[in-house]
Amino acid sequence: MKCRKCGGAAVLELRRHNAAFCTPDFLEFFRNQIREAIRRWRMFGPDEHVLVAVSGGKDSLALWDVLLEEGYRTTGLYLDLGIFDYSVESRAKCERFAATRGVPLLVRPVADEVGAPVPVIQRVTRRPPCSGCGLSKRYLLNRVALEHGFPVVATGHNRDDEAATLFGSVLHWQTEALARQSPALASTHPKLVRRVKPLYRLSERETAAYAFLRRIDYIVEECPFAEGATSIAHKQILSRMEDASPGAKHNFLFGYLDRARAAFERAEAVELRECARCGQVTTGTLCAFCKLADQVKRAT
Amino acid sequence: MRVVLRNPRREVEVAGNRRVKDILRELDIVPETVLVIRGDDLITADQVVGDGDTIELRPVMSGGRGSRGGSTAEASDRTGGRGRACP
Repeated sequence: MKCRKCGGAAVLELRRHNAAFCTPDFLEFFRNQIREAIRRWRMFGPDEHVLVAVSGGKDSLALWDVLLEEGYRTTGLYLDLGIFDYSVESRAKCERFAATRGVPLLVRPVADEVGAPVPVIQRVTRRPPCSGCGLSKRYLLNRVALEHGFPVVATGHNRDDEAATLFGSVLHWQTEALARQSPALASTHPKLVRRVKPLYRLSERETAAYAFLRRIDYIVEECPFAEGATSIAHKQILSRMEDASPGAKHNFLFGYLDRARAAFERAEAVELRECARCGQVTTGTLCAFCKLADQVKRAT
Repeated sequence: MRVVLRNPRREVEVAGNRRVKDILRELDIVPETVLVIRGDDLITADQVVGDGDTIELRPVMSGGRGSRGGSTAEASDRTGGRGRACP
């Protein structure tokens, strides 16, 4: 197989583009997709300091790598979930990445904020582990960004993540979730930091290839709690569809963003207020994070 | 030839001197879900793998996600509901 651009030996075939690339041309293709994402959604400007949420996985470290290569001013944020050896190893990957490149990394243990690590939160709440974990991460990303004055948080969500989320929302017609699904969420309240997903145009195979070709040391092992997660099942279904019909995921996600999202956004405008306890943004009197922390405190 | 699989890590022996795409088909692995690695290189689906070679099929799928379900007040919390939290 030959590189579409230079005719040299290809290392990666991208069936949805009916193309294959050699290493240098693939890396350039990858960066171009991120440049286009940032430009099209006005994610951030060259002078803005970006807080990059990193997990030690391929997506977030690939994103951080590209932003650094592009000359953006960035700080990493690692939220330590306390998930046994998985968290120990993923934290070490992030710390090594930051140290090697001489860039700042903030580390916040979730247990310090909620009162217990993710495995205990799961036991106490009796909800799926990803539930308390996700809630805590979203809350803390926003709060840490506010505390440090970052105007924007970038996460490593890729096209496959976004397509799987959309698939799940459509299956259950979760109109609130559909309204919020976007590569860029503007700050709609002084205490809500802008959140962006610069990898939304790239598949997870492409982010994995980028990380591999750039020799980024990322955690290949999956989170032990991810096994059996609904989103994984949705991804597997979508990958079968993509295999049968290359471009299916792209058409599904981009069709939604281009043609349907605006209708849901209009229908689901919500009133925002500040949590009576912590002051963070919520739609109720007490935010979901404070309720979770209460639940953990009562049980431990 | 030897094939290294991950999550959990294990190895299987399959017949070599075949194209990557044929090996993936035999193992019922969707090409979209893995990187195919030989030594320090990525290889494409049309490449032939020799009998004495070792390749790694590295999964690219990651996930798990936070609750966004619309049935509770927590789930509709604007701060707690701005999409999936992984990665």
